[in-house]
Formats: sequence, structure tokens, C-alpha cells
Amino acid sequence: NSGVVCLLRPLLLDVVPSVRQTAALALGRLADYDVDLAEAVVKAGILPQLICSLPEENRYYKKTAAFVLRAIAKHSPQLAQAVVQCGALEMLVICLEDFDPGVKEGASWAFGYIARHNPELSQAVVDAGAVPLLVLCIQEPEIALKRIAASTLSDISKHSPELAQTVVDAGAIAHLAQMIPNPDAKLKRQVLSALSQIAKHSVDLAELVVEAEIFPVVLTCLKDSDEYVKKNGATLIREIAKHTPELSQLIVNSGGVAAVIDCIGSCRGTVRLPGIMTLGYVAAHSEDLSMAVIVSKGIPPLSVCLIEEHEDHIKAAAAWALGQIGRHTAEHARHVAVANVLPTLLDIFVDTRSSEDLKMKATLKNILQKCTYLPALEPLLHEAPPSIMKHIIGQFSKVLPHDTKARRLFVTTGGLKKVQEIKAEPGSLLQEYINTINNCYPEEIVR
Amino acid sequence: YFYIFRAIDEDRKTKYRAAVKIQRWFRACRVRAYLRHLSKMAILIQKWWRGYLRRKHFREIVERAYFIKKLKFYNEMAVRIQKMWRGYYVRKYIHNFYALKKYLEAVSVNNMLVRSELQEYAEMKENEEKMKDLEKKEKEKKYQARKMHYLLSTEQIPGIYNSPFRKSPDPMELLLRKSKPLIHRKQQVKSPFAYELYDWPTCKKPPAFVTSLPLLPADRQKPQGPFRDPAEVLWQRYKPLEPTLRVRESFNSPPAKARAGTRREEWRNPIHDNEFLPFSTYHKNVEKYEPSLRRSGKYGREAYGTKHFREVYPKKWIADKDFETLFSSIVLFEKFGKTYSSTGQIV
Repeated sequence: NSGVVCLLRPLLLDVVPSVRQTAALALGRLADYDVDLAEAVVKAGILPQLICSLPEENRYYKKTAAFVLRAIAKHSPQLAQAVVQCGALEMLVICLEDFDPGVKEGASWAFGYIARHNPELSQAVVDAGAVPLLVLCIQEPEIALKRIAASTLSDISKHSPELAQTVVDAGAIAHLAQMIPNPDAKLKRQVLSALSQIAKHSVDLAELVVEAEIFPVVLTCLKDSDEYVKKNGATLIREIAKHTPELSQLIVNSGGVAAVIDCIGSCRGTVRLPGIMTLGYVAAHSEDLSMAVIVSKGIPPLSVCLIEEHEDHIKAAAAWALGQIGRHTAEHARHVAVANVLPTLLDIFVDTRSSEDLKMKATLKNILQKCTYLPALEPLLHEAPPSIMKHIIGQFSKVLPHDTKARRLFVTTGGLKKVQEIKAEPGSLLQEYINTINNCYPEEIVR
Repeated sequence: YFYIFRAIDEDRKTKYRAAVKIQRWFRACRVRAYLRHLSKMAILIQKWWRGYLRRKHFREIVERAYFIKKLKFYNEMAVRIQKMWRGYYVRKYIHNFYALKKYLEAVSVNNMLVRSELQEYAEMKENEEKMKDLEKKEKEKKYQARKMHYLLSTEQIPGIYNSPFRKSPDPMELLLRKSKPLIHRKQQVKSPFAYELYDWPTCKKPPAFVTSLPLLPADRQKPQGPFRDPAEVLWQRYKPLEPTLRVRESFNSPPAKARAGTRREEWRNPIHDNEFLPFSTYHKNVEKYEPSLRRSGKYGREAYGTKHFREVYPKKWIADKDFETLFSSIVLFEKFGKTYSSTGQIV
């Protein structure tokens, strides 16, 4: 901060090219380290000087200038806006057209950091005509360049459907899909994240992504040794599954559900989250699909997640997914109940420490309303708070009048006694249910 | 008198009263009978009229009732048909239980397949990783062996790895015996392009040397003209040497020496110097020398080709002059036939 920036500024206009280059490198490293230094660099008006002579310079200077721009733009949207306003985008496009892959890498990295912050900046990047050049960069043989270009495309397309459509129109999907089988882990991360950002906006974009024939290949990514590749692969499948039942059907038919379930079973922590949400989305669309999820042995990993994980949002996601599976018919609710999930859900519900979204009252209610599997409901009867008790008693009152064996079981396990102990206002729904239950039994037992 | 008149008067009044009563009663009876008759007539008329009306509408009523009965019957039947059809349709198309079951079984079978394939893929990847590690270790070991070649045991002194107390030498000893000694001088000139071609096949380092130029001076002026792409040229120039087996073998290696030995033997030992002397009638008849047509003339060989090359006809000269040669003739060819004279005359 001791006026270094002002000292470096005249060196940028020096005659000797290596002096210029080294000065630019110094400025880049300073800006990279700290936000205030970056702001100082911008305020000192260095950017126009850096950029004005860029087309005639050699490739080392271009690389360093791209590094400076990237270092400044990465800190905040205002700095990125300042970079854009100096007319840096045209110069960066010229850098992208250069032959040297290092220069292209620097330029696309700078574009990536600029486009990351908000949609207006991404739109500015697209308006500068960077997207076709980035698609060309993806086809280059150098892996580092491919990585950076893929991450830039992902940053551009994540903001809005129009930007994603622009990226798709440049023909990016085919090239990204070709790179999925590549052995390099970091490249796969970026490619999968780019495809998932494209697919998340609308049904048409998701269908376009699916038409690029990613399906059996993406499942191999779910078995990769790198955690983030698995996470991004699961994210891609989630974004595709959430739009329509047909897409979820496609995923089920290609065996994607099994792969996702294995993936959930093998990871720990936040990496599991997209996989859990995928199962939830697939099961939410229709009962056939949720039956397919059950058949693929989806419930045990979800219940394990619910019990083991410490993070609130993962538990909430697991609870939500279970709710989506169980809410369709009695059969589904039975499968969920058999897995011994309901007591866990109830504990979470009752626990005063858990947050609001974790409580997920809707989940419990949905499952309970369809659940006719009485042995699973019994233990809940003893512990549930009044709001849940209403539903449990309601279920009992639906089943008991018709099933004699269940009635006998109900009495022997002490359920009838518990029911008598419940105090309910006369005329309320709870009282009606209690009356229905009491009517199933002869008077002596009731007293 | 008064009592008699009163008695007669009262008698008269009583009789008058009785007559009135009787007449009154009789008239009432008559009126009653008349009213009864009237009401009977009225009833009769109404009865006949109502019957007539009802009989007129009876047919309609019967028809209507019949129609309603028919309709109800048809409705019943229609309900029955619709019930059966709807049940069939829903069970077959909308919510086909057995198809659903089959589908779920197919899904689980497919899942099993996918899971097994993915498992295989994961195992394959692990194997590849392991192989890569193993190869790396092997390479390291070989390099070390080449570096420490001097630790090999000689005839007199057993090396470190060949302890006399062991039954057989250490594997390191065998490795040392197999490896070529490392020459450090040539080690530095490892062309960066060649090594990447032989890198382990994971495409981690694709042949980038084709497109990336080496460090040429930064502001080199590009030479004008149709020159080849410098990357291409460099690739060709630094292409690694792939000699044939024969060439690759060094001159001093034992097989080469052995070959030299046999060659010397053969040179020493043969009986004839000319191995392929003619020895049968085949050679006499077939392999006679036949001179070519160009060089054979009537009286033996022509002088062309030995004595002179170019024929000279002075009679055909136009301007009494021989050809004037534009270029200086080749000095060596001028001296043809004149360099060494048979009688010792020096040209």
C-alpha cells in the first residue's frame, strides 16, 4: 500500500518488453492477494494502459494482462464491472483468438471470473462474442484449456435461460458430452457442472442435453474415485429429473436410479445431497416411478442418511425424499414404514433443537395418511404429540373396523388403553376417531 | 162451557200441532229422498265421467310406465357394460398391474446389470491405477539399477547383493546384470517431445508438441515465403530414432562379434575363391555371354563407348566448324583417352 501501484504504473509503459511484462505480473499478484489492493489498482487507472497496447504485444504480455484482469475481477461485481467498462472484453476476445494455448487459458479464465457474479456481466461477456471462441477452446487438445473453457461456459449459463440458450446455440453441448468419458477428474467436474447449469433452466434445454446421448456414460461418472465428480454427476441427473415425468422415466429406464443409490451409499457429507434430491424428484412425479425407486432398494440408503448425517439440510432433504416416496398409495407407505423410518422422523419432529424446515410436518402427515401398516404405527402411538396423534388415530379408525386380527393385536399391545387415555374435546375429529375405535370393541373391554 | 171450549180448543190445537208435525216430517222425508236421489244421480254422472276420462288417459299412462321401465332396464344394462369396460380398460391400459409388475422387475434386472457394469468399471479403473503405480515403481527400480551399475559383482569380488552366504543372488543383483550402465553425459539431452509420446496411455499428456512451439525469441521476425509450419519441422526433426534391430545392436556386442568370427572363418576356409564357377552343361549353353546389340558391330566390338562417345562427321558440317560449346567443357572428359598414352607421351 505504500504507493507501490503508483511506482509500477510508469513501468507499464517502459520500452523494454520484459519490464512491461514483469510490472504487469507484479500488479496481477498484488491484485490477486487482496480486495483493497485490487481496488487501488483500479482507482489508479492502470487498466486502460494495460489494455490499450494489448493487440501488438507478445504472448507473455497477453498472458500476464489476462492474469491481472482476472485477479481484479474475481473479488466483487463492482470490480468486474470496472474491468468491463474499461473495454477489457474486446481485448480479451482478441486474446482468445490467439494461437498460444496459455494466452487462451488466461483469457477464458478472466471471462469466467467476470461472468460469475451476475447476469448483466454474463450478458456483457456474451455480447462481446466470447461464446463461439470458448466452444472452439473446448476442442483444443490441452487439458488445462479445456477445463477453464468448460468452467467459463458453466459460469455463463448458470444465470438465466437465455444465456444458456446462447451457449447451446454455439454448439457447446455436443463437445461437452464428448468430454465426459475423459479420464481427467477436474475436467469431468467442470464439464458435468456446465451441463447441469444448462439443463436446469427449462424442459427444452434438459431434453437437448439428454439428446446428446449422455445417459449410460454419465453413470460411469457416478463411480469415479473423485468426490466432486460424483457430486456434479448427481447434480446433472437431478436437474434433468426434476422437469417432467418422461425425463425421470428415461433416467429410470437407463438404470440411473440404481447408480444414484449406489453413489449415495458410497459417499459421506454434502456430496450426497444432489443424489438424495434426485431420488426425491423422481419419486415425486408418479407412483410408478416411486415404486421403481422402492424396487431399486432406494429406501435403506435414505434412512441411513437420515440417521447418520449431522447436517440439517441433508437430513431435511432425506426426509423430504422419503415423504415423496411414501405419499402415493398405501403400498408405498407400507414400504417406507417397514424400513423403520417413522420413529426416526417422529424423533426429529419432536426434537426441539431441530430447525423449522427439518420438522417437515408435511412429510410425516403425507406418509401417515396413507399408511395402513399397523405394526409400524403402534410405537408412534405412545410418543406422538397431539397434532400427529390425530392422524395416527385416524388411520387406526380406518383400518380397525374391518380387520379382526388387527383389533386383537391392538388390544394386546396396549394400544386401546393408550387411546382411552387421550383427552379430546367432544365434537372434534379426534373424538370421532376415538369413538369409531371404541365402537369396534364390546363395552367391557372399553371400560 | 169455558172448560169444554178450552178442552175442545186444546184438543183442536193438539190435533193441529200433530198434523203439522206429521206433515212436516213427511215433507222432510220427501225432501230428503229427493236430495238423496239428486246426490245419487250426481255421483252416477261423476262416476261415469271420471271413468271415461281415466280410460282415455289410461293408455298413455301405461305406455309411459312401460317406457320408464324399459329405460330403467336399459340403464341397468348400460351400467353393467360400462362397469365391465371401464374396469377392463383401466386395468389394461391405465393402471395395468401386471405390466407394472413386469416393468418393475425389468427395472430391477436392469439396475442389477447397471450396478454390475459400474462395479466392473470401477474395478477396471482401480486396476489401471495399480498397474500404473507398479510400472512407475518398476521404472524407478530400473533407473536406480542403471545408476548403480558399478555395484555389480565381478569374478573376484562379490557385490553387495551377491553375498556368499546366500544360496542365490538377490533380485537386485539380477537386475543389475540385466541393465545397461547409465551414461550421464547424454542424459541431459532428453528431447521434451519424445518423452511425452511414451507416457503412460491415459491421455494425460497428449502430444502437445505438435501445436506448441518451443521457446523461439519473442520478437523474431517471421521469415517470408512458403515455409513449412515450424511445429511440423521440429516434430520431424526431433522424431525419436526407431532403428531396426540390426542397426540397434552395438558393434561390440557379443552377437555381432560372433558373426564377425564366422565371417572370418568363412573367408579363411573355402577351397575355391570363385564360389560360383560354372560346372555343368547348363551353364555352357545358357549362360554364354551375349554382347548387347548396341555395342556389337560387324567386326567385333564397336569403338563407341570405349574409344569415343560422340561421333563426328566433318562432311556434314555446315560452316566448316564443329559445334561450339557454350559452356566450358568438363575438363575431365576432355582428357578422355589422352591422359595416359601407351608410349609414355605426356599430354
